[in-house]
Amino acid sequence: MNTLKMSIGMKLRSSVSLIIVLGLSLALVTLNGCSSKPGEGKAEKKATKVDLSPAYGGRLVEGSIGDASTLLPPLATDSASSGVAAFIYNGLLKFDKDLKLVGDLAESWEVSNDGLTITFHLRKGVKWHDGVELTSKDVMFSYQLMIDPKTPTAYSGDYLIVKKAEAPDKYTFRVYYAKPFAPALISWTLNILPAHLLQGKDVTKSPLARHPIGTGPYRFVSWRQGDRIILTYNPDYFEGRAYMGKYIFRVIPDQATMFLELKAGGVDMMGLTPLQYARQTDNAKFKRGYRKYRYLAFSYTYLGYNLLDPKFKDKRVRRALSYAIDKQEIIDGVLLGLGTIATGPYKPGTWAYNSNVKRYPYDPAKAKQLLGQAGWTDSDRDGILDRNGQPFKFTIITNQGNSLRAKTAQIIQRRLREIGIVVDIRPIEWAAFINEFIDKKKFEAVILGWTIGQDPDQYDIWHSSKTGIKELNFISYKNSEMDELLIKARETFDLEARKRYYYRFQEILAEDQPYTFLYVPESLPVVQARVQGIEPAPAGISYNFIKWYVPKGLQRTS
Amino acid sequence: MTGLSFQQIFWQHFRKNYLALAGAGLVLCLFVVALLAPYLAPYDPNMINVKIILELPSSQHLFGTDELGRDVLSRMIYGSRISLFVGFVAVGIASLIGVFLGAISGYYGGWVDNLIMRGVDIMLTFPSFFLILAVIAFVGPSIWNIMVVIGVTGWMGICRLVRAQFLSLKEREFVVAARSQGAKDLRIIFRHLLPNAMAPVLVSASLGVAGAILLESALSFLGIGVQPPTPTWGNILTAGKDNIEIAWWLSLYPGLAIFLTVMGYNLLGEGIRDSLDPRLKI
Amino acid sequence: MMVPLLLGITLISFTVIHLAPGEPTGLATELNPRVTAEVRERLRVFYGLDKPLHEQYFRWLVRIVKLDFGRSFSPDRRLVIDKILERLPITVSLNVLSLLLIILIALPLGVLSATHQDTWLDRSTSLFVFIGFATPTFWAALLLMILFGVNLGWLPISGLRSLNFDSLTPFWQAVDLLKHIVLPVTLSALTSLAGLSRYMRSSMLEEIRQDYVTTARAKGLGERVVVYKHALRNALLPVITVLGLSLPALIGGSVIFESIFAINGMGKLFFDSVLSRDYPVVMGVLVMGAFLTLLGNLLADISYAWSDPRIRYD
Repeated sequence: MNTLKMSIGMKLRSSVSLIIVLGLSLALVTLNGCSSKPGEGKAEKKATKVDLSPAYGGRLVEGSIGDASTLLPPLATDSASSGVAAFIYNGLLKFDKDLKLVGDLAESWEVSNDGLTITFHLRKGVKWHDGVELTSKDVMFSYQLMIDPKTPTAYSGDYLIVKKAEAPDKYTFRVYYAKPFAPALISWTLNILPAHLLQGKDVTKSPLARHPIGTGPYRFVSWRQGDRIILTYNPDYFEGRAYMGKYIFRVIPDQATMFLELKAGGVDMMGLTPLQYARQTDNAKFKRGYRKYRYLAFSYTYLGYNLLDPKFKDKRVRRALSYAIDKQEIIDGVLLGLGTIATGPYKPGTWAYNSNVKRYPYDPAKAKQLLGQAGWTDSDRDGILDRNGQPFKFTIITNQGNSLRAKTAQIIQRRLREIGIVVDIRPIEWAAFINEFIDKKKFEAVILGWTIGQDPDQYDIWHSSKTGIKELNFISYKNSEMDELLIKARETFDLEARKRYYYRFQEILAEDQPYTFLYVPESLPVVQARVQGIEPAPAGISYNFIKWYVPKGLQRTS
Repeated sequence: MTGLSFQQIFWQHFRKNYLALAGAGLVLCLFVVALLAPYLAPYDPNMINVKIILELPSSQHLFGTDELGRDVLSRMIYGSRISLFVGFVAVGIASLIGVFLGAISGYYGGWVDNLIMRGVDIMLTFPSFFLILAVIAFVGPSIWNIMVVIGVTGWMGICRLVRAQFLSLKEREFVVAARSQGAKDLRIIFRHLLPNAMAPVLVSASLGVAGAILLESALSFLGIGVQPPTPTWGNILTAGKDNIEIAWWLSLYPGLAIFLTVMGYNLLGEGIRDSLDPRLKI
Repeated sequence: MMVPLLLGITLISFTVIHLAPGEPTGLATELNPRVTAEVRERLRVFYGLDKPLHEQYFRWLVRIVKLDFGRSFSPDRRLVIDKILERLPITVSLNVLSLLLIILIALPLGVLSATHQDTWLDRSTSLFVFIGFATPTFWAALLLMILFGVNLGWLPISGLRSLNFDSLTPFWQAVDLLKHIVLPVTLSALTSLAGLSRYMRSSMLEEIRQDYVTTARAKGLGERVVVYKHALRNALLPVITVLGLSLPALIGGSVIFESIFAINGMGKLFFDSVLSRDYPVVMGVLVMGAFLTLLGNLLADISYAWSDPRIRYD
C-alpha cells in the first residue's frame, strides 16, 4: 500500500457539505450535488398577464440557518461558506446538469494514456473581479496554497499526492501523479484564488476572507456578519452576465422564523423540512406563490455498530437488527415519505449503485430467529433477550440538534424493544460527540450520515487500514476482500472495471451489515414563483443559477 | 396581634389572599398529576405511531398527537414529572449551597464573609445564562447536568438572604444566651439560627422552581434541553414552535402548562412572603 | 474592586471551557475523509492547543491586559475584539431600550400596585406582569411574528434592517430600524417586567408604612405629595440596585431573542462560539458581558448616590 494514503475522491464541495450533513441539520439547502426528479408545482404559470420573457435585474434572497464563516474556500468547512463561494469563484472543472465533468476555467484538458499526467488549457481573457487577467500562475498558486503546511485547510489530501505540478505557459497547467488516482480529475473542481492578491501573504489573515475577489458570475458587495451577504452580478462574466441582479444570502438561525419570512416575502428561497414540505405548503395560496422541488440528496443516514463490541461481532445479530428496523416506517414518520430506503453507500440511480444487493425488509420474526441462533433468547421471561445472563441492552448515540436523527432513533428504539432489545438514546453535542465518542470508539451504536461524493471511492471509510484513532472507519470494519477491491477500484480509470469492483463491494456490505443502511433523504428547496428559468436536473436546481431571472414586471426594487 | 401564634397569623393572612390560594391550588394539582402520572395518562407517552402524525385533538387523543404520532396529553402528564423534578432538584441544590455559604458568611463574618461575598459578586456579574449554556453544551444536556448547572449558578440570592438574616439574628438574646451556655457553633447555627432564617429561603425557593422550569424550556428551544424521547414541557413546546401554524395543540397545551405552573409558584411564593411579613399590612 | 472580579470571572470561565471535551479543531476537521492525522496535529500546533492549560491562560491574560483578545478560532480568523465590537452596539442598545421600557412600565405599575394594595388594580397588574414572566419567550415571539408580521403585515419579522436599507435616507433608515426592533424590545421588556415591578411594589409598601410617611400625612400633606415626593424617592433606592443586578439576566436572555429574531448580537455570537469551541470568542464575550454588568452596577451606584441625599461621594 502506498504511504500517501490520504483523500477520497470526492468532489471538493461535496465533502465540504459532508460536515454539515453530519453535523447540522439536513434542513439546509445544499446547493451542490443534488439529483433529478423534477418537483411538483413546476408547471404552474402565473394566470395574470405578465411578460415572462427573461430580463436582467431583480434579486433573490436565500435563507440559511448558519452564516458563512469565511469566503476563502480552502479555509472553510461549512456548506454555507462554500455555497456563497460558488457564486464568486470558479474551478478548472465543474459538474454540468447531468453531473458530468466539463470545463470551467479550463477550456479543455487532456489525460495521458497511463492516467498519470493531466494537462489543463485555460480560457483566455478571463478577468478577476478587479480587472486583472487570470493565468496559470493563479492555478499554480491555488495548488501550492493547498499543500502549504502553513495553510490550515482540511482539504490538502487530494493535492498532496500530486507528484509534480507545473505551469509551462500563461494558459497551461499540468500535474503529474505517481500512480493512477481515479478521483484526480474531480479534485480539480478546486476553487482558483487570485495569486496577485494572496501570493506571499498570510492567507489566514487575508482581507479576502471577508471581501473576496474571484472570477465567478457574482461580485462581492457587502457582508454584515451573522446577518447577510450581498453579491451583485459580474458584467464581464466569461459565460455572459447572470440575469439576476443581486444575490442576497440571509442568515436566520431559527427554521420556524425563516419559514415565516418566506411567507412574508423576506426570503425567496430556502430548504424546507419534510414537515414543512408535506404539511405546511400544501395549500392553494402557497402553491400560487412558490415552487417547491424535491429530489434525492447526495447523502444517506445509517445506524452503525461498533464491531469491537462483543454483541455486534456476530453477523447474525447485525442482520437481525436490520430485519427488526422498519426502514419504511422511518421514512414515513421522519421524512414523511420524502426519501428512499438506502441499501448501501451510493445513491440509487448513479453508475456505481448496485440495486441487486441483499435487502432486509421488516421481519421481526426472522429477526428473533436469527437472534436465537446467535444465542439471544428470553430465558428468564422478563421480556428482554439475554445471553449468558446478560440482557441485550445498548445505547445509540447521535449528534444533538438534528431532529430528523433524534426521531429516527426513537422509532428504532421502539421497534427493537418489541423484539426484546432495550435501547437507550443519547444525543451528544457535535464536538464532544466526535472527539470523545466516535474518535475514541466509545460507543455501541451510532446514527450518522455520510455525504455521497461524485466519485464512488470509499477507501477512507471502509478500508481496514483506516480503523485507527480519529479515522473514519470508526466502527472497525475489517474485510480483506473488501480492502483489495477498494484499492483496485481507486487505481484504475477503467469505468467498467470500477463498476465491477464497487458492485461487489456493495454486496459484501449488504451481507455483512456493519451498518444498517436507513435512508437517502430528499432535498426540498422552495423558490418564490416569480423566479423563472429553473430547470431541475440530476445536479439539482442551482447549477444554472445564472440563467434564473425575474420577469421585468415582477422585479422588486432594492 | 397578641395571643396568636406565628402560624396562626400567617394562615390568617394567607387565607385572605386569593391569588396566593389559587397559586397553592395550582401547585397542588401539579403534584397530584405528577404523582399519579401512570394512572392518569391514557397512553404510553413514548408510543410511536407514524400513521397519526400531528393529528388534531379528538376523543381518542384529547390533546392531539405530536410529530411521531404520540399522545400529547400523556406526554404532558409525564412531562410534569420531569419539569417538577428539574425545578425541585435545581432549587434544592441552589438552596443547599446558598444556605450553607450564607450561614457561614453571616455567622463568622470577617475574612470568611469577605471571601464568600466576593464569590457572590463574581457569580452575580456573570451573565449566568451564558455560563449555563457553555457548561450544558460542553458536558451534554442530561437531566442531571441541567439540574446541577441551574442549581450551581442560582445560589447567590439565597446566600445573601441567609447571610442578612444571620447578621441580624446572631445578636438576638436567644442566640447570645445559647452561646453563653457554651453551645457549639454548629449547634447554634443549625438549632437556633437556621430555623429562624428559613422563611425567606422558602419564598425564594418557590420562585426559583418557576425560574428553573422556564430555563429548561429556553434550553430546549436552543436544542440543549432535556433530550427526547424524555418528554418535558420545554421540548414539547419546542416541537410545537416548529409547527405552530399547523399544530396549535402542540404549543398551546405545554405553553399553558408552563404558564400556569410558573404562575402558581409565583403567586404562592408572593403569598407566603406577604403573609410572613404581616407588618406590610397597614 | 473591578480587577479582582474580572480576574475571578476569567479564571472560572477559562477553566470550565478548557476542561470540556472537544476541541476547536474538531469541528473543522473531524470525520472528514480528507483530513489526515498529520493535518490535524498541524492544526493543533497552529492554534497553540499543545501548550499546558495554565500557560494558555497566562498568555491569554497577559494579552487581555493589552486589550487583545486574540483571534477567533473560526475560519475567518478575525480579531475577537472586532467581532465583539461589531455586535456590542446592537446588544447594548437593544438591552438599554428594553431596560428603559421596563423602567417606564414597571415602576408605575409597582407604585400603583402598592398604593392600591389588595384592590382589583393590584391584582390585575400582578396578573399582567406574571403573564409576561411565565410565558416562554420564544413561543410568545413566534405568535407575535405571525400576528404582526404575516397576518397583519405591519412589522418586519426578523433581522434589523430591510433589504433596501442601504438605499434609504438616514431618516427612513432610522424608521426602518425602529420598526424592526419593536417586537424584540417589547417582548424582552414584557418578560422582565415582573421582577422589577414586584420589587417596586414591596419597596413602596415598606416606605408607605414608615413613620415619616405617617407623620407627613398627619401634618396634613396631600396623599399625592406624600406618596410621590417622599415615599417614592426612598422606595426607589433599593430598586436601583436591583436594576443593576438585572443586567446579567438581560444580557443572557439576548441569546434567545437574537436567535429567534435573527439579530446578530453578542448573545448569538456567544452561542455560536460555544457550539464551535471558539475559546477566544467565548472568553471575550464573557469578559465583555461581565464588564458591562460592572459598568451597569457602577451606574446604579452613581444614581443611587444621586437620588439618596444621605450619600455623598467626595
